[in-house]
Amino acid sequence: MGSITLQKVSKVFGEAKVIPSIDLEINNGEFVVFVGPSGCGKSTLLRLIAGLEDVSSGHILIDGKDVTDAAPAERGLAMVFQSYALYPHMSVRNNIAFPLKMAKLDKAVIDKKVADAARVLNLTDYLERRPSQLSGGQRQRVAIGRAIVREPSAFLFDEPLSNLDAALRGTMRLEISDLHHQLKTTMVYVTHDQVEAMTMADKIVVLNRGNIEQVGSPLELYKSPRNLFVAGFIGSPHMNFVTGTYAQSKNAKTAGIRPEHLGLSKDSGIWRGVVKVAEHLGADTFLHLDVEGVGQITARCDGEFGAYHGDTVYMTPDETKLHRFDDKGLALRA
Amino acid sequence: MARNVTTRHKITATVAAWIVALIIFFPILYTIITSIKTEPEAIAGFSLWPSGTFENYITVQTQRDYLKPFMNSVILSVGSTILALIIAIPSAWAMAFSPTKRTKDILMWMLSTKMMPAVAVLVPIYLLFRDFGLLDSRIGLTVMLTLINLPIVVWMLYTYFREIPGEILEASRMDGAGLWQEIVYVLTPMAVPGIASTLLLNIILAWNESFWTIRLSTTNAAPLTAFIASFSSPQGLFWAKLSAASTMAIAPILILGWFSQKQLVRGLTFGAVK
Repeated sequence: MGSITLQKVSKVFGEAKVIPSIDLEINNGEFVVFVGPSGCGKSTLLRLIAGLEDVSSGHILIDGKDVTDAAPAERGLAMVFQSYALYPHMSVRNNIAFPLKMAKLDKAVIDKKVADAARVLNLTDYLERRPSQLSGGQRQRVAIGRAIVREPSAFLFDEPLSNLDAALRGTMRLEISDLHHQLKTTMVYVTHDQVEAMTMADKIVVLNRGNIEQVGSPLELYKSPRNLFVAGFIGSPHMNFVTGTYAQSKNAKTAGIRPEHLGLSKDSGIWRGVVKVAEHLGADTFLHLDVEGVGQITARCDGEFGAYHGDTVYMTPDETKLHRFDDKGLALRA
Repeated sequence: MARNVTTRHKITATVAAWIVALIIFFPILYTIITSIKTEPEAIAGFSLWPSGTFENYITVQTQRDYLKPFMNSVILSVGSTILALIIAIPSAWAMAFSPTKRTKDILMWMLSTKMMPAVAVLVPIYLLFRDFGLLDSRIGLTVMLTLINLPIVVWMLYTYFREIPGEILEASRMDGAGLWQEIVYVLTPMAVPGIASTLLLNIILAWNESFWTIRLSTTNAAPLTAFIASFSSPQGLFWAKLSAASTMAIAPILILGWFSQKQLVRGLTFGAVK
C-alpha cells in the first residue's frame, strides 16, 4: 500500500511563501514525477511528504492515516537523495543494513535482505567496500538498495540522477523504471529535467512558484497543456509561441506550435525564415530560424533535410496540432 | 629553466620555514639548554653552550615530588577534556544542524567570555570555591578547566559538524534512527577526526593552563604548572632548577603533541583547506 494525499498543504519559510496551498492525490503504485524550474518548491514538497520539513498548515495522509505530525521514520517512506547521502564510515553492506538494524531485525533476516537487495542491484561484489571506493552509479545503487530493503510504502527520489554523467543517467533512468515495474511500489520523483519526467512518469505534476500548474500523464501534458507555462516547459525543444496577426487570425492572444509540428520546405510555405543555427543530431536536425513578422522559431526536421546557417527555409504550421492561449495564458479549447 | 626556478623556490621556502620554526621553538630550546647549566652559568648571561650537568633534575626530583603534580595534570587535563566534550558534542550538534536566528549570537556570546581577562572574575570565583569547599580539590579544578575551555571546544566542534552534509543525517532519520542513534551511529563516527583534534588541543590547553590552577590549588590538586611556579620562591630565583622543572612539566605534552601532530594539523586546518 502507498497512497499519499496532500490536503491544502502550505509551507512558509519566514516571510517567503514557498508553497501557498497544494491539494494532490497520489495513488498506490503510481510513478509520480514533480517537475518544474529550480525554486518552484518541488523539493520542498517532497521533504514535506518525507517529514524532513514541517508543514505550515494543511494535512498529509499516507494510506488514509494522518501523518502530518509524525516523525520521518514513522511514515514508512524511503528516500534517495541527490548527494546519495551514504554513510561514509560504513561498508556498503552496513549502509544497506542500517535501516534494518534501526528496526531491530534479527541478524539472519538482515543478512538475507541485504544479500537479496545486493543481487537485484548488482552490488554483491562490492558489499565490503566503502562508498568512497565506488563510482557514482554504484553509489546511487547503494542508496537505492538502502531504500528498498525497508520495503517502504513509497519511495521518494530527490533529483537522484543529477550528479551522474549523461550516459549513466540514461542507464539509471531505465533501472529505476525497471525497479518500479518489479516492485510496483509508489514512487515520487523530483526532477528539473523534463526528459526524466516524460520518460519515467505515470503522472507528472508540473510545479511553478509553489503552485501546481497541471497534473496529468506525460502525453496529456504534451498534447493538451493547460497554460503557457506547461506548454513551454514540457517538450524538447520548447514550443514556439507566436503573437500578433498570426495568433489573432486563429482567435487567440498567443499561438503555440511545437518544433516537430512545422512542415518544412525549401520552396513554399506560409512563413519564410533564415537559419541562424542548425543543430545536427543525426536522425533529427533542430533549426533555429529568424522568421519575418513572427520572430524566433525553432523547427525540428529530418536529419536528411539538409539546411545550414544562412539558408532560407519555408514553414507551414500543422493547424491540427496548434495550441491557442487567451490573454491570461490559459489554453483555449476548440 | 622552469625546473630550476621551482627548485630554488623550494629551497627558499624550506629555509624560511626552518627559520620561523626555530624562532618559535627557541624559548623551549633555551629552557632545555638552561636546565642543563649550573646555577652560576644560568645567571651569567646569554649562552648556548651549557656544561651539560643533570644535577638540576636530580635536585628538583629530591626537593619536590614530581609524580603527584604530574598525575594531577593528567587527571585535570583529561578529566576536563572529557567533561567538556560530553557537554559540547550535543550543544555543537544542536547549533550546527538546527540553527535558529540566535545561534550566531549564542556562539559569539560564548566566545566573548574568552575576551574577558580572567583576573576580572578572580574574586567571585575564589569566593565560590571557598564557600563550596572546592579550593585545592581536583573536582573543583576539573570543573574550572572545563568551563574555561568549553567555548573553544564548542566552537571547534561546531565548525567540524557544519562540514558534515545534513542530507546524511536526514537519511539516517528516514532510515529510522532516533536522536540518540543518529548521534552515536552516524554523527560521531563521521566527526571522529574533528573530535580527536579537539580533544588533543583541549588536553594541551588544559595542561598548560596556569592562571586558575596556580591560584585555586596549593598541594593536593596542584598540577605541573603549580610545580613550576613553586620554584620561583621568596628565597630567590634559581633559573637552572626552574628550567629543569619546566622541561619536566612540558615534556609529556610535547611528546603527545609530536606524535599527534598530523591529527592536530588536520584538525586546525579542517574546513580551511579543501
